[in-house]
Amino acid sequence: MGKTLVEKIIGNKVGHDVKPGDIVTVDVDWCMIDDIMVPFAVQKFEEMGFSKVKNPDSVVLIYDHFLPATQVDDTRHFREGDEFAKKYGIKNVHRTDGICHQLMTEAGYVKPGDIAFGTDSHTVTYGCVGAFSTGIGYTEMAGILGTGQLWIKVPETIKIEIDGTLPGNVTSKDIILRIIGDLTASGATYQAIEFTGSTVEAMSVASRMTMSNMAVEAGAKCGLFVPDDKTCDYCKIQYDDSIKALKPDNDAKYSRILRYRAEDMVPVLACPSLVDNIHPVSELKGTKVDQVFLGSCTNGRLEDLRTAATILKGKHVAPFVKMIVTPASRKIYREALADGTLEILSDAGAIITTPGCGLCCGRGGGILSDNEVVVATNNRNFLGRMGTSKVQIYLASPATAAATAIAGKITEA
Amino acid sequence: MGMTMAEKIIAAAAGKESCKAGDIETVTLDRLMSNDGTTHLTIDMYNNLKHPRIADVDKLVWVIDHNIPADSPKTAASHKKMRDFAREHGITFYEGEGVCHQVMMEKHVRPGELIFGADSHTCAYGALGAFGTGVGCTDYLYAMVTGTSWLLVPETIRFNLHGKLNKGVYARDLILTIIGRISANGANYKAMEFAGEGLHDLSIADRISICNLCVEAGAKTALMEVDDVAMEYLKAHGREPKALFASDEDAVFAKVFDIDLSEIQPIVAKPHFVDSVVPASECEGTKINEAFLGSCNNGRIEDLRVGAEVIKGKHVAEGVRFLVVPASREVYKQALKEGLLDIFMAAGAMVMNPNCSVCWGACQGVIGEGETLISTGTRNFKGRAGHKDSYVYLASAATVTASAVEGFITTADKL
Amino acid sequence: MSDKFTARIWVLGDDIDTDIILPTEYLAFKTVEEMKPYAFSPLRPNLASQIQPGDMIVAGNNFGCGSSREQAPEVVKALGVSCVVAKSYARIFFRNAINNGLLLIENQDLYDEVKEGDIAEVTPGKEIVVNGKSYEIASLPDNLLEILEAGGLVKAMRKRNGLD
Repeated sequence: MGKTLVEKIIGNKVGHDVKPGDIVTVDVDWCMIDDIMVPFAVQKFEEMGFSKVKNPDSVVLIYDHFLPATQVDDTRHFREGDEFAKKYGIKNVHRTDGICHQLMTEAGYVKPGDIAFGTDSHTVTYGCVGAFSTGIGYTEMAGILGTGQLWIKVPETIKIEIDGTLPGNVTSKDIILRIIGDLTASGATYQAIEFTGSTVEAMSVASRMTMSNMAVEAGAKCGLFVPDDKTCDYCKIQYDDSIKALKPDNDAKYSRILRYRAEDMVPVLACPSLVDNIHPVSELKGTKVDQVFLGSCTNGRLEDLRTAATILKGKHVAPFVKMIVTPASRKIYREALADGTLEILSDAGAIITTPGCGLCCGRGGGILSDNEVVVATNNRNFLGRMGTSKVQIYLASPATAAATAIAGKITEA
Repeated sequence: MGMTMAEKIIAAAAGKESCKAGDIETVTLDRLMSNDGTTHLTIDMYNNLKHPRIADVDKLVWVIDHNIPADSPKTAASHKKMRDFAREHGITFYEGEGVCHQVMMEKHVRPGELIFGADSHTCAYGALGAFGTGVGCTDYLYAMVTGTSWLLVPETIRFNLHGKLNKGVYARDLILTIIGRISANGANYKAMEFAGEGLHDLSIADRISICNLCVEAGAKTALMEVDDVAMEYLKAHGREPKALFASDEDAVFAKVFDIDLSEIQPIVAKPHFVDSVVPASECEGTKINEAFLGSCNNGRIEDLRVGAEVIKGKHVAEGVRFLVVPASREVYKQALKEGLLDIFMAAGAMVMNPNCSVCWGACQGVIGEGETLISTGTRNFKGRAGHKDSYVYLASAATVTASAVEGFITTADKL
Repeated sequence: MSDKFTARIWVLGDDIDTDIILPTEYLAFKTVEEMKPYAFSPLRPNLASQIQPGDMIVAGNNFGCGSSREQAPEVVKALGVSCVVAKSYARIFFRNAINNGLLLIENQDLYDEVKEGDIAEVTPGKEIVVNGKSYEIASLPDNLLEILEAGGLVKAMRKRNGLD
């Protein structure tokens, strides 16, 4: 019987065929631990009584949520991470380089076919290069640090096929929001999502990242793209037969198949306070906003900043509205400096912060107050995520966000 | 009898021919600056007034700079209060445009003005020959409502500057040396006036740095005579002086210091007092966790150039966080154009949006228990930059950047 | 598994996310004890102080959706909650709860039929009885039971490392 992509990735790793429902133990290629979870993972690791980290070179520590530090205890997380890295010979430590999920592929760690776990739910992002990756808690992470392994249940797969050419003001963010709206926030729980079709084939890896990143918002275990030549360019590897084999069989069995025509897509928003509360931007047109946030592991990449810059060039953010731009990584920040993007954004009145999670994780970067409205390009609009429970959070594409910033009210690009 | 510059500005603001130190004068303010440190409190008091009114809304300048972007629902709520009030009353309002004093220098301050700021470092405006002084929010509110206030005319301590600073020595070394010499209360209630041919060689950035820090010696204000350098700065920023004042030849000073700029050395102010000033070499080797280049004291383009030159082609030491925070959007954009931001980013620094950052110690890079910061900020008080048990050393942009590269306190000449 | 117990019911809704269970602001506290007062605070600020040891939470679909923060199940456990009964769980929360020894029960009907303050009688692996009605509950897969029975993943690993 044919295999889906996730069945192939897991099967390759364990050395035999697997099918949905199988519980298998896998060797883990990459462990990502972010700054919030470092002290907790370390504590559990020590409680478990391990004397060494099984594969120190597979471990990557990334400080991103607490940068810049806003509370006096934040830097303790960096300190304990540094001490742990030193003690157990972990060389991969990113202290101020950007968001973990951006760095795990950008800095050359995760490659097609790899299996990666991270202490953050958006670890699903690495599906953009055809890797199986998912979020786990710090106790399981501690177990992997010690053993190099983790058990997983092979998931069923939902196939999502998108064909055709997107309208000019529609981005991959609008597509994934629409899909989450259709699947609902729990519609893919325990399952893998496979994104296919000519529309995603035409997408940049950055656009695909936006979609794999948000697969978890439908509850998915992972969100996968078939690696292609673009993936290989991005990962700086050869597009050889082993990579070409990383694709689903024609007769693979799916739990569900959703088909979309790109031409039918419109710019959408996730409305407060659920990620699956999706409405066309046109329905919300005119809603006054206090702030716009462009950034996060979902939409803080160079193409996102460029999209916003194209719209904001020669214009200005509306009076009394703040636009906060937080590039996803140091590399992106520098590229956006070099190509003039940041200058355009700054001329337009945007507040450009240092790379990191920023507002998305609710520890700084533009927290809001009662009855304020924010249009944001990140992945979650949960109650209280960006301030008080009375903050209204709308999730949108960078294009919608930029057009909204200029108008001071929700606007289609 | 001759008058000092401070006396002349106050006399003008009081509508008088003259006044002298020790007099209490009722003055009309030219400008009133307030930031997000305290404006929400001012608004609360304003709303409790029986007959709330603003005497002259055109004189008000409000700036959100301390916690921008907001880091908590509490700061977000005070920002909202300030934003809504400014919008309703038509108050000149900046959010995210930079540190208030830098924004004031770039856009508002004119020679001869008398300015109240609800922030102690308002004395910076003396660099353009304006009398700026910090007030609390009650004084601010009174001035906002009536347009006036009372002032005790200060005595003046005069510093005559001679010669030139050596290479690798900066205005910041000079003013910290002076504070170390006269102590943290050496100029209480007084004006500190800087003059002499040594002044003319100092850039506006240097002058702001000097005046800004005078409050750390307790001064009510700091003043410098307006010369060609200051006039050029004004012209470049599209402004004219209100009036040009200088101390008379026979003005009476409480004290006069003559300072030979060539004798100034790179210094460091040790925790936890601004006047704990020692030669930088005495602290050589002290390990640091964080370095900060920025603030209303030292976050201007000239300071970033100094830092960039030190760090170009080098890298921040492993485990050290190096915050680079341009003092305003104007500075940010200029640094971007000159390639300085990229030099810092390439070297592993964290370039941040213009704001008060860790100088204020609230939301942008606070330090933890037992950690050490070397900073171009204004203060090194205990707990100022974060945890109550942490350490702040103050130094010049060059020394701070060199220390960021090494991971311990050192001076740029040793790199 | 453990014996029958009774529990007072607190009812929450669908999609109770991890930011509701414990907002990011409090994640950096050193101990779960310090986090406890803030559990569920965006939704119900007083709930954490009202929950008594032994109480149970009943919720709708997708309980624990959102981030992978393990502080979420840990803080629920620390409040003394004996078990959570929901229509479904988000997968990371599910794993984290098991790894911390917090009992999760899946049931489709209970949520629609009980109200806050009702008393439930729970027999793990078998049934829940509320207001005289019995709700059948399934047993967990073996590999998860092993972890639960060891008292969580830390204890399972200690055993493996020959410490306990």
